[in-house]
Amino acid sequence: MSNKQTLVVVGNGMVGQHFLAGLAESGVAEHYRVVTFCEEPRAAYDRVHLSEFFTGKCADDLSLVPEGFFAANGIEIYLNDKAAGIDRAAKRVTSANGIVIDYDKLVLATGSYPFVPPVPGHDRAQCLVYRTIEDLERIRDAAANSKIGTVVGGGLLGLEAAKALRDLGLETHVVEFAPRLMAVQLDEGGGQMLKRKIEDLGVKVHLSKNTALIDNGERCLHKMNFADGEALETDLILFSAGIRPRDDLARACGLEVGPRGGIVINNDCLTSDPDIYAIGECALWNGMIYGLVAPGYAMARSVVAHLAGGGQSFTGADMSTKLKLMGVDVASIGDAHAKSSGALVYTYQDGRSEIYKRLVVSADNKKLLGAVLVGDANGYSTLLQYCLNGIDLPENPDSLILPPRSDQSVGLGPDALPDAAQICSCYAVSKGDVCAAIAGGCKSLPALKAETKAATGCGGCAALLKSVLDCELKKSGVEVNTDICEHFPHTRQDLYNLIRVGQIKTFDELLDKHGRGLGCEVCKQAVGSILASHWNDYILGKAHVGLQDTNDTYLANMQKDGTYSVVPRIAGGEITPDALIALGRIGKKYQLYTKITGGQRVDFFGARLEQLPLIWQELVDAGFESGHAYGKSLRTVKSCVGSTWCRYGVDDSVGLAIELENRYKGLRAPHKIKFAVSGCTRECAEAQGKDIGVIATEGGWNLYVCGNGGMKPRHADLFTTNLDKETLIKLIDRVLIFYVRTADRMQRTSVWMENMEGGLEYLKSVVIDDKLGINAELEQQMRHVVDTYQCEWKTTIDSPEALKRFRHFVNSEQGDDNVVFVEERGQIRPANADERKHFKLVEEAA
Amino acid sequence: MTVWIDVCHIDDLQPDSGVCALLEGQQVALFLMAKTQAIYAVGNFDPIAKANVMSRGMIGDLGGEPMVASPMYKQHFNLKTGVCFEYPDVKLKTYPVRIDNHRIAIKLEAE
Ligand code: SRM
Ligand SMILES: Cc1cc2nc3c(=O)[nH]c(=O)nc-3n(C[C@H](O)[C@H](O)[C@H](O)COP(=O)(O)OP(=O)(O)OC[C@H]3O[C@@H](n4cnc5c(N)ncnc54)[C@H](O)[C@@H]3O)c2cc1C
Ligand code: SF4
Ligand code: FES
Repeated sequence: MSNKQTLVVVGNGMVGQHFLAGLAESGVAEHYRVVTFCEEPRAAYDRVHLSEFFTGKCADDLSLVPEGFFAANGIEIYLNDKAAGIDRAAKRVTSANGIVIDYDKLVLATGSYPFVPPVPGHDRAQCLVYRTIEDLERIRDAAANSKIGTVVGGGLLGLEAAKALRDLGLETHVVEFAPRLMAVQLDEGGGQMLKRKIEDLGVKVHLSKNTALIDNGERCLHKMNFADGEALETDLILFSAGIRPRDDLARACGLEVGPRGGIVINNDCLTSDPDIYAIGECALWNGMIYGLVAPGYAMARSVVAHLAGGGQSFTGADMSTKLKLMGVDVASIGDAHAKSSGALVYTYQDGRSEIYKRLVVSADNKKLLGAVLVGDANGYSTLLQYCLNGIDLPENPDSLILPPRSDQSVGLGPDALPDAAQICSCYAVSKGDVCAAIAGGCKSLPALKAETKAATGCGGCAALLKSVLDCELKKSGVEVNTDICEHFPHTRQDLYNLIRVGQIKTFDELLDKHGRGLGCEVCKQAVGSILASHWNDYILGKAHVGLQDTNDTYLANMQKDGTYSVVPRIAGGEITPDALIALGRIGKKYQLYTKITGGQRVDFFGARLEQLPLIWQELVDAGFESGHAYGKSLRTVKSCVGSTWCRYGVDDSVGLAIELENRYKGLRAPHKIKFAVSGCTRECAEAQGKDIGVIATEGGWNLYVCGNGGMKPRHADLFTTNLDKETLIKLIDRVLIFYVRTADRMQRTSVWMENMEGGLEYLKSVVIDDKLGINAELEQQMRHVVDTYQCEWKTTIDSPEALKRFRHFVNSEQGDDNVVFVEERGQIRPANADERKHFKLVEEAA
Repeated sequence: MTVWIDVCHIDDLQPDSGVCALLEGQQVALFLMAKTQAIYAVGNFDPIAKANVMSRGMIGDLGGEPMVASPMYKQHFNLKTGVCFEYPDVKLKTYPVRIDNHRIAIKLEAE
């Protein structure tokens, strides 16, 4: 060893790791021999997203340590070994496994442990806590033989734990000692609103309950007896009653600790020993333990700076939080409880849509001191900026929480923010940092994220980051670029017109005439789609195959393990028993996972690339056609049973749905298109949630346009009423081709119409009144598409050339040995990472 | 020691698209960029999606560098160096390619 000093870090949790990463990045690590003790069996992982463990993430996914990090930076890590004693006089750390290291500088990052109230019975089986991956494994195991689960503690973590229990399929209860949920962050009104919303989701909330004894239940494993005489039976108990700093090591070696625990630190994060720092949840600064990760990160940065000889002291951190608890938006900013003297309070409560907002402002009505938002936290970033940066409030502060009237918008333009305003709390990125990065050449969101790290933690600041970017670009005269990508200085609409007017039939021709370079997945896919919409040639033809997006290339949907799903068309959802039997036979023969989709048809999963043509040969033989589930094209026309059977039905919705689906199947578009037809206004087919919706009335068909479900559901607009079938089809032809011609790439009809100047009225004037005089042309183009329809799968299995691509290897008949299935509920599913480890199939990236 | 291994005829490649070859247990994605007639060979394992799918990605260029986009989550990888554009510490393996008498051969480094 050289004459380097030794730096020991105790604890490799979130903050310990952030410290090591900062140390490596700043170059300070080079001046030390760095050793870290990690009590857990694995290096640092993301506790904030721990719950995602239950929704499919494995321990590796949660890891915070880039591959090879310790080796690359020469850091020694002792996994599964805890520091057991510190001898301050000898400056020596001894571990439980007997490792002895002499240190020059020591950093304690030991975090905290969950507090379990000393109720008699708290240590019974299936009484658990929620902090580590091992805890989660225990919870999962216990839940497997439980019906009812109860969380003790209705704070932020407790509610997150409750969500996990509910997702595991348990009847879930939350027992809280205080008279309201999230007592630290929310006021009375906010807490009540949150309780109501959570109860709507099926979680039972018990407030003001003090558990006195846990003993044997009659129907369940446990019975919780409360001080007020009531009781609750449950099979599993999860304590989430707060955290306690892990200061035992510090205590034992005589470092100063607070009266209620926590290692006392100063603004440089130094403890009472000038060679020992403490950071994260074990540290007590100014009488405060911060139970959040961002303040811990700030402490870590400050220690890196201190070791580097610079000064960037820790001077407290903002505890504002915004989160989604079981789908309910909750946010709390600053002085939520209006404790500041003379503070004024504004409250807005919308009982109907269940939104609660409260502002706490200074006595002179000028500055925002705090806020509580429940049910709608959209204003969070704006309010947080007012609060943190002391920006003057508008004359009527309540305008910030009242719903916007007419078109006055309540945003705070990013221009109003000072340079010091913090945009990203996770990585302490200020507006100044963001602007500097933009000036330095980061002109896109991904570039900006990579450069500043902003929005790469919890992601909560992404919207704000984007608005700063757009605003800065606009100011610097950069027109916000609408080019489809670097290969074409055109929008999708331009490309469409160039192709149409220039009669261009291939990507290469378009690139030669109007573009540069070799193209990329963005322009190729968009042009592939335009060529298909306009000329309707076979998409796997030689000139087009390289333009198809992932799923189109193999006419199937790629799944997470590289296998595919297979969706035959079942027009209108109508299917004969014989056809169903054929499906059953084929699914069984190829052992495919089978499920009914949300689009009234059957989906087979787990088909290997080389099996697709075999499966489709059998499907085509049984009379099925491609369902285009893979394409940006017509998906399904959903139907209700309609007048044929239903006692209320006004017209034959199934018949019309089948006719429409067969007319428009195969039409390629900027995004997928869904239809539905309902036989009466009871609307069992949910037509008003579709791009094209049709509802039967006594006077004829009513047409609705531009609705969708998905990420941002939008009800379709009534376009026109009382149509006969012929007129209806004409109108739909025109709307669809106009959409195909003028929408942006990946724009659903709803967004297309909302961005169209004049909106619905304009669309009506084009399609109904023929304002542009193009209707005949639109209809003719649709006729071309309808007349040239081919089932892509039928064409493919008849083409030896196309079939060549459907094998995993070009030089072998073998399949992909990385595809592994296990059985669940009588069917196959892809093995998860742990199961793969078991089979030793996880290949580590080089 | 390194060896060149014969894989397939040049006509077995898919212009502007990919195929996958099996080389002593390793899966290699092969791409033919029609416009430049360049052939690239990279590992078929997508280190982000953790599936053997790279040969099914779309190809083209980014800023003049030849690239393949992962078919799963669309990260871009440099076809010459294997380096991921979005996460420079993530990398695909790369392999030298040779054309001899219309046949493609790939060079494997001995383990
Ligand atoms: C299979 C299915 C789920 C199911 O098991 O029921 C499904 C599966 C997928 N959906 Fe869906 N969606 C399915 C019905 C729906 C529905 C319900 C419906 O159609 O009535 C919706 C909401 C309605 C809507 O689209 O307006 C829906 C909204 C989405 C969205 C969000 C679209 C949006 O505009 O926000 C996506 C993402 C996208 O397309 O970009 C998506 C994307 C996907 C993808 C393609 C994701 C992907 O890239 O892998 C999934 C493909 C799985 C596969 O291999 O088949 N899926 N998806 C359903 C297939 C229906 C069918 O028969 O074709
Ligand atoms: C389920 C859950 C959800 C959360 N959600 C959020 C959120 O949304 N937002 C937010 O800001 N925060 C959240 N938190 C809190 C956040 O995880 C903590 O603030 C953060 O982990 C603190 O980091 P730390 O390094 O101080 O402690 P930890 O991450 O707990 O790390 C301490 C490590 O030190 C180890 N250790 C202790 N003693 C020793 C020893 N003697 N020798 C060796 N190793 C030792 C421990 O085993 C542990 O691995 C959440 C926490 C949980 C559990
Ligand atoms: S909602 Fe749709 S896209 Fe999301 S996981 Fe389910 S099937 Fe996949
Ligand atoms: S605030 Fe969490 S990523 Fe920016």
